[in-house]
Amino acid sequence: MTDTTPNTSGNIPRYVNEEPWDANAVEVLTPAQEKFYLANQWTLMWWKFRRHKLAVWSGVLLIMTFGSILISEILAPYNLHSRNTDFLYAPPQMVRIFHEGELVRPFVYGFDYRLDMETLERVYTANKEQVQPIRFFCLGDDYEFWGMIEGSFHIICPAEDGTLFLLGTDRLGRDMLSRILYGARISLTVGLIGIAISFLLGVILGGLSGYYGGWIDSAVQRLIEIIRSFPELPLWMALSASLPVTWSPIWVYFGITIILGLFDWTGLARAVRSKLLALREEDFATAAVLMGAKPKRVIFRHLMPSFTSHLIASATLSIPSMILGETALSFLGLGLRPPITSWGVLLNEAQNINVVALYPWLMLPVVPVIIVVLAFNFLGDGLRDAADPYK
Amino acid sequence: MIGYLAHRIMLMVPTLIGISLITFIIIQLPPGDFLSTMIAECEAQGESSCKEQVAVLTEEFGLDKPVWQQYLIWVSDLLQGNMGISFEYNKPVAEVIGESLYLTIIVAGSTIIFTWIVAFPIGVYSATHQYSWGDHGLTLLGFLGLATPNFLLALVMLFLANVWFGTSIGGLMDPQYVDQPWTWGKFVSILEHLWIPVVVIGTSGTAGLIRRLRANLLDELQKQYVVTARAKGLSPGKALVKYPLRMALNPFIADIGNLLPQVISGAVIVSVVLSLPTTGPILLRALQTQDMFLAGSFLMCLAFLTVIGVLISDLLLAVLDPRIRLAGGAGH
Repeated sequence: MTDTTPNTSGNIPRYVNEEPWDANAVEVLTPAQEKFYLANQWTLMWWKFRRHKLAVWSGVLLIMTFGSILISEILAPYNLHSRNTDFLYAPPQMVRIFHEGELVRPFVYGFDYRLDMETLERVYTANKEQVQPIRFFCLGDDYEFWGMIEGSFHIICPAEDGTLFLLGTDRLGRDMLSRILYGARISLTVGLIGIAISFLLGVILGGLSGYYGGWIDSAVQRLIEIIRSFPELPLWMALSASLPVTWSPIWVYFGITIILGLFDWTGLARAVRSKLLALREEDFATAAVLMGAKPKRVIFRHLMPSFTSHLIASATLSIPSMILGETALSFLGLGLRPPITSWGVLLNEAQNINVVALYPWLMLPVVPVIIVVLAFNFLGDGLRDAADPYK
Repeated sequence: MIGYLAHRIMLMVPTLIGISLITFIIIQLPPGDFLSTMIAECEAQGESSCKEQVAVLTEEFGLDKPVWQQYLIWVSDLLQGNMGISFEYNKPVAEVIGESLYLTIIVAGSTIIFTWIVAFPIGVYSATHQYSWGDHGLTLLGFLGLATPNFLLALVMLFLANVWFGTSIGGLMDPQYVDQPWTWGKFVSILEHLWIPVVVIGTSGTAGLIRRLRANLLDELQKQYVVTARAKGLSPGKALVKYPLRMALNPFIADIGNLLPQVISGAVIVSVVLSLPTTGPILLRALQTQDMFLAGSFLMCLAFLTVIGVLISDLLLAVLDPRIRLAGGAGH
């Protein structure tokens, strides 16, 4: 057997660390860890949400779109209602920067117009002689900013005596781009007001049903089941058809948002109910009740904060259905009516097959609809993942 | 099982009462009484029998009685299959609705089958190839279908079908087959026209179904028994199909309840664009002319279809999954 005891005869220098000894050294957190463990719930959610790149970009896009409705008048090159009777159904004009091989400032070619005498189709051709430079930060069509302040400042305008129809014109010669920009105002706010109504109903009814249970629960569940058995669109159609024809367009607008919100709360109510059912059994809820808190306080102060984030996420996910609902109703002519202009009202012009064949640019308002609906879906997905940061 | 069936049918009764109440309210909602409109129109045409006609109608539907009595009369008529008179067509509502409802069922049924056929392989692929390019691409495609308004897609497809395949525009069959007896040619013609509405309506529902199937299958694939099966040397295909897939299939059946209202909604608007002889155009027309008995009956029928659809899906689910059957029975 070999000797395994350490050799103590050698003269090994004794080493003592000068630093004071810390018994908790293992448990000390690195700064990064500390930051993570001490962060509150919302900070954690933000960190988690930030990792979902698509959702973040969708959020940025939506903020920009909603920002644009604040200054539609300035962004749009034309006024909402200004008609260019010489240019009915004009196709989109392309922005160019090369004229006869030379780099010049952005411009569009003017139109030559003739009527095809055989098909009666309006034919517009670009006239290479007419160079119409686009003006930026300029004075153009008059408008009333939010219906109050008069102005004529635009970010982009057509050349003097020229035209600038980047997305073409409709049957009255109105610029599509400007109308789409103005239409965002109505189409986007319909979703917001609608979701506010459905959020309120969903939280209240779902809250009552989940917290009290018993017959209230059964009644609310039955109500939800009844509403869900109606196919949404026919129900919306029937209700908006019964809005009085004497109402002014702005009242019709509010009527439609209320109709949209009135039947959309069921999903939210179910989510609230199931969360409440689970949470009301938790110790902290029982403690609150024992200390004499009223149901209202228990629900809103103790239970709700634990799932607000979920609610926000599911609300975001149901905005698209409202935007699509409004678009469909207006397309059928049962929703908003001109002069109120929404994307659906614009699409109402694209109702027959001729449009697809001859004037396909009238279908362009569908592009913002698709983009906004997609963005809300991605944002909602990101929010839903982030809503539970401890997972 | 019979207990469960009875229980489910009992639950349907209050739902149907609720639906009929809401429908009745909608019939009553529009301002102006259709009788006064009718008298005005009738007198404008210079007919002499107006007053009697109106009196007969007033008598039959109890239009001079309080609202709740009108409701009871309406419901009892409905139960006997008398849905009132369409003032626009001047025919019993049942006659106007009959044919179109039957076509709506065909369109809705084919759409649901189409949705299943598309969603099933895509859902399975997405779950087994999570976060791959294929998964992302297919998810994006599904989302695009969800976000594109049905009616516009229908319009574009109609145009393309006409340009590429020469399909006649509008309708559910070529004009020469309308009101003709069934022949092979008619059947083929219907198939040629049916695929557009089916694909268009299907696009909006497919995305949701794919995502649910994917989520369910992913949950299932992470469970211990799958790991065990793989560890014991089961081939990946068998370890997928044998149990996890069967578990994840529930949404296909359970989703009929969600899918059906969506499909019928889609069918309404798409059929307006494609001018199909289904409920859509007639409903729209009824609403525009405030022919409220007709509109109300349509709404009632569509809701009833949905309720039946949900019932069937629940029963199928109970047959397939004993847990639901047992839990449903134990609770009551």
